[in-house]
Parts: sequence; C-alpha cells; structure tokens
Amino acid sequence: MADILAALSQAFWLLVSFDADLMEIVWRSLSVTVSAVVIASLIGLPFGAWIAVRRFRFRRYVIAIINAFMGLPPVVVGLVVYILLSRSGPFGVLNLLFTPTAMVIAQVIIILPILISITHQSIRDLWANYHDLLISIGTSRWQRVVTLLFDARRALLTAVLAGFGRAIGEVGAIMIVGGNIDHVTRVLTTAIALETGKGDFSLALALGIVLIIIAVVLNLLIHTISKTEREGTW
Amino acid sequence: MVSTLLPIRLEEAVVSKRSKILVGPVSTSIDAGGPTMIIGPNGAGKTTLLRLIHGLERARRGQVVFAEPDINEVRRKQSFVFQKPIMLRRSALDNVIYPLSLRGVPKAEAKQSALAMIERVGLKGSEDTRATFLSGGEAQKLAIARALVTKPDLLLLDEPTASLDAQAMRDIEALIQQAVLDGVEIIMTTHDMGQARRLANNIIFLHEARLLENTEANLFWEKPQSDEARRFVDGEIV
Amino acid sequence: MRILALALSLSLVLISSFAVNAADTMRLAVTTSFHNSGLSDILIPAIKEDTGIEVQLLVVGTGQALKLGRQGDVDAVLVHSKKAEEQFINEGFGTRRTEIMYNDFVFIGPKADPAKLADVKQAQVALKSIAATKSPFVSRGDESGTHKRETSLWKGAGLDTETLDSSWYREVGAGMGAALNIASGMNAYILADRASWLNFKNKGSLALLSWGDPVLFNQYALLTLNAEKHPHIKSGLSKKLEAWLVSERAQKLIGTYEIDGQTLFVPNAKKVDAS
Repeated sequence: MADILAALSQAFWLLVSFDADLMEIVWRSLSVTVSAVVIASLIGLPFGAWIAVRRFRFRRYVIAIINAFMGLPPVVVGLVVYILLSRSGPFGVLNLLFTPTAMVIAQVIIILPILISITHQSIRDLWANYHDLLISIGTSRWQRVVTLLFDARRALLTAVLAGFGRAIGEVGAIMIVGGNIDHVTRVLTTAIALETGKGDFSLALALGIVLIIIAVVLNLLIHTISKTEREGTW
Repeated sequence: MVSTLLPIRLEEAVVSKRSKILVGPVSTSIDAGGPTMIIGPNGAGKTTLLRLIHGLERARRGQVVFAEPDINEVRRKQSFVFQKPIMLRRSALDNVIYPLSLRGVPKAEAKQSALAMIERVGLKGSEDTRATFLSGGEAQKLAIARALVTKPDLLLLDEPTASLDAQAMRDIEALIQQAVLDGVEIIMTTHDMGQARRLANNIIFLHEARLLENTEANLFWEKPQSDEARRFVDGEIV
Repeated sequence: MRILALALSLSLVLISSFAVNAADTMRLAVTTSFHNSGLSDILIPAIKEDTGIEVQLLVVGTGQALKLGRQGDVDAVLVHSKKAEEQFINEGFGTRRTEIMYNDFVFIGPKADPAKLADVKQAQVALKSIAATKSPFVSRGDESGTHKRETSLWKGAGLDTETLDSSWYREVGAGMGAALNIASGMNAYILADRASWLNFKNKGSLALLSWGDPVLFNQYALLTLNAEKHPHIKSGLSKKLEAWLVSERAQKLIGTYEIDGQTLFVPNAKKVDAS
C-alpha cells in the first residue's frame, strides 16, 4: 500500500514539474504509438473494408487467420522483427534496429490484426445493409470501400482506439527491437520494465500512472472531437 | 425526352437460385410509353423480374437486351427504388447528393439539384435530418428524390407503397405521375390492383415464374387472355 | 488536418532514427548487473567528454549481449563470463578480450538466516548449508554471467543444479533486479553482485550475509568485435573505447565509485598495446 501512495505522489510531482526525462519519454511513447496507429490504420482499414466487400475463394481462411493473429504474443513479433532487422538479417542494411522506426514497425504488425478484424466486422454489417443500393446506384469497388468506411467511421474509431490501447501499453516487442536505449529508444513501458527490474516499484508505478493518465486524456480528447456521445447512434 | 433504353427485350431469360427457377423463361419486349406495371400473385417472380431488368440479378440462361448498345450508359440511365428504402447513414440532403458526387458533379451544383429535388418530393425542411430517422413515407419520397436527381431515362420501383399509409401512397403515386409527365419511363411492380389500374399503361402479368401476359392496360382489364390472369383480376388467386 | 498530424509524427519518428547513427555514436551491449550498479551513469558522460564518443547502452543479459555481438548488431560487448567470452573469441566473433575491472558476488538471504550463512566465509560451505536445510534459494536461471557463476559454485560444492529439488531451488529466468524482487518476496537466499544489491530498493527483510571468498570475484571484460565478420561495425570507436577504459582516468573513476560509502569495483586493466 505504501508503494501505491508513494507512486501517486511521485507521479504527481513528475507531471507537475514537467520533469525533463519524463517529458522526453512521454513524447517518444506518443510519437511511436501514434505513428504506428496512423500507419496501421492506413493499411488496415481499407484492407478490412476490402475483404468485407470482395468475395474470393479463400476469404473465410484469411479472416480466420487474421482473427487468430490477434492473440499473437507481442514478444514473438518482436523476435521476428529483430531477426529481420538484425545486421545479420535480410534487412540489416537498412540500419533500422534499435531505432524508434523499428519500434513503429513492430507495433504496426502487432495492431494490424485488431484493426483489420474490427473493421471487417463493422463493414460487413454495413455492407449487408447497403449492398443493393450501392450496386444499383453504380459504384466502383473503390467507391464502395470509401462510402462504407466513411459511414462506418464511428465503429472504425473504436477499432483505431483499440489499436492505440494495445500499442501504448506494449513492452515486449519494443524492448527487443528498440533496445530500451536511454535517450534514444526508451519509452514509458520499457522504462517501467527497467525500474521494476531494479526494484524501484514506486517509480515504476508512478510511470504507470502517467501512462494511464495519458491514455485516458487521449481517449477523452478524441471522443470529444468526434462528438461520439452527443448525438444518437450512427 | 426520348429514351434510348427502351424497348427492352428479354430473350428466354431465366433467373434461378440453387436449381429453383425464380422467374423464366421469359421472352418479351417492354416498349416505351409506360408506365409498365408488373403484377401477379405473391411469389410469382415480380421482384425478381424487375431486379433482373436492372441488373441486380443475373440471368442463368438467356439475356436482357436494351436498345442502347453502350452497357455503361444502360447502367447510368436507370434508377431503382426499393420496397424498403435503403438509406445511407447521412442526412437526407447528403443521400440525394450521393449519386451526383459519384458521377463527379461539382459540390455546389450537386447541392442545388439535391435541394430542388427534395423540395419537389415535399420534404423541404428535412434536408438535415438523419435519413434513417425519417418515417416510412418520408424515406420512400427521399428514395425517389435520390433516384430522380440523376435524371434517369428509366425508373424502376419495387412495390414502393407496400408498407405505407394511404396519404403517403397518394403522395408517391403523384410523384410517379409527375415523373411520367417529365418523360421518365416507369417500370414498377405492385400487388395492389387499384394502384395498377390507376397508374398502368401496360400490364405484365406473372404467374408462378412464367410471364403469361404483356398487353396494353385497357385490354388487360377488359379481357385478360389467360385463365390465371382472369382469376387473379377477379380476386380468386392472390 | 489529419494529414498534417500524420506527416508531423512520421517525420519526427524518422528524424529521431536518423540522429541515432551519427558518426561518433557506438552501441555497447552490457549486462544488467553492470547497469544496475550505476557505474555506467558515471562512465558514459566521462567517455563523451574525453573522447567525444556517444556510447549507447543496450542493457541485456550476458547471453543476449553475446548474441547481439555475434549478429553484429552492436559494436562492442562488456560482460563478465570468462568461459563464454573465450568461446566467443575462439569462434571468431571477437578479436580481443580486455579485462577492465572486477567486483564480487555476495550471498543475500533472509535476516532470520535458517542456513546460518552469517558465520560462513566460504562459498561452498554456504551452498552446502543451504542445500542441507532446503532453504528457498532463487537462481537467475537465465544463462547470464551470474547464473553461470552460481552453477559452477554449486558444482564446486559437489551439487549438480539440474538435480536440485525445485521445492527450494527456484530458477526464475530473470535479470538481477527481478530475481532480487522474487527473493525478497519469497524471503529466499540468492547470489547477487554487490552493486545490484546496494542499488536494490526493495530489500524487504533480506540482508547481506556472506562474502569475501575469492571464488566470488567477478571479472568484467570488454570484447572488441571482429570486423571481418561484420565490416559495418565501428571498430575504430571500439578501439578508442577500449583504450579509454584501461586508461588511468577511467580506472580511477571505476576504483572510486561508491554506493553508500562502499566501493564496488576493483580496476584491474593491464596496459593495452596500441594496435
């Protein structure tokens, strides 16, 4: 209990004093995760919509595999990305290992299945509704995807926020591909792991509290901007 | 406006699902000078035939041939109104703008046309209402507005007033009449014989997936050729 | 607006990765024990000041550090596991092994001390006593330098760690800090490096019970990597680092580093010939 109280006061002071190290780590956490979410959304949302709309022979298997990948342990993704980006690996020449870019790559891979899966399900339901209209009115396949994505945007926002949540709290993969290098690839989650390992529980908890506060603030901000709770259902 | 789509020729067209024939074989010609109304008992295949003509169903055998040779024009110049209106989850105005935006009509012009059409169908004041919140009658009027805003040659309607109250039905029949006066060809299904009598210039009668009659309306009402048609007109079969 | 935010975050991420591999930057893999001692917080800035080199530390277990060296993902390795280091060199991944300093391992355990280590100076006697009393003992279990030392000590006491009963011998597969946490939680004995223990903030009812046996001394060595295996690594910077670590200034910094008034490391580098 003492640890938690110490943590709360430590978190408070860190935030209020704009502790330089903390600000740096927070900024890095956000820029890595936001980049990963943006990139994964640009790939995953249209792809999820596309497989919802297109009929092809192996669709059922593709969907099953993507759903299964949601349960993939992030550490495994980290190991695979490490092997690929290692200097001894196929993409070693790119010199990406132990950089924030490598962390973004790992996080994109980790959250893609969630984004695709939720998008696919939402779009499928909407497509069932719009099907005859969109065909009758004369849309190209791409126009269908865009229309569905736009009209389903509230559900898609949920998908994106789910992806964000998964990425901001992830530690295993980015530890391996980022290396938790001080001032270079250290983020909130890896810092928490480090302090826990050193036995400094109250600092670790304080960082954890900061992480949760950031996640809550971001979520609130996004919901306010998109007025999700204001009007009725979409 | 003279339509380049009609006459439409159906040549031995069959629509089937899992080896059950929904309609066909149908060989007939639908000429200009409608409205042409497709009537018949429940399950006769009216909706299927209408959807076949529009391209929402594919012919298992046979074909549907339009007077217009360019298949893209054929698609562009038709609009379809569904029995239960399908609304986009947007405002009424945005629903009517939608088909115009698909065709690359500039935003300002599209908005103008849409507003004019919404007023024409009697929905002025509801432009910003979420389309899914409209009543059945209002939604169907909006669907007609959306269908007409692209100035189609041919308007197909599938039992458009089936679940509406009497006033809404009258309003919609008035809109259809107006469209006829504007030169739009109409092909429509109905199970309401009163409606058929009020609106039709030609009657196509279907019975158990077969097309039994395709005649001028007056001739049909006076003296239906087939037995089944006569019994249907007399109200013996539904 | 959305596009702007996207461009902004992407460019920021990209910018930060470019900055990483600047010319005077090198990556050094070190063990968690070394990092936990806090010595790196003294040495890294001093290195920058004296040589201009920015050393990026990857703090991992000994096994992973050597693996990173084999893969060519770091420019040098600093670990404390002589056998593994010599094998590393024999396999051709490293050119040279340079001893820098040593610290010692200590026996930590519950204040109640059921195995009576407080009176014992010899490591083997201590271990035999723990085994005899079946007192809970936490092992790193992660093939780290510390773990390997621990295993060899048990062997010296005539006990094979593979056969020790898991009811009291607990292999946790974790780093030093995490293992100490677990020992604290279990009120168990554990072999730790002195620095990690002094820096450990969750001591609970554990105490430092036994130390001093020469077999507990822990030699740290720097491994410079073989540029023939990995031409891209910064051999020049590694050599500079090596030269700095054996220099008088570095050795003095190492020898005077204290926690709670105790020095932890004994600098023992020999002069390296400038090759």
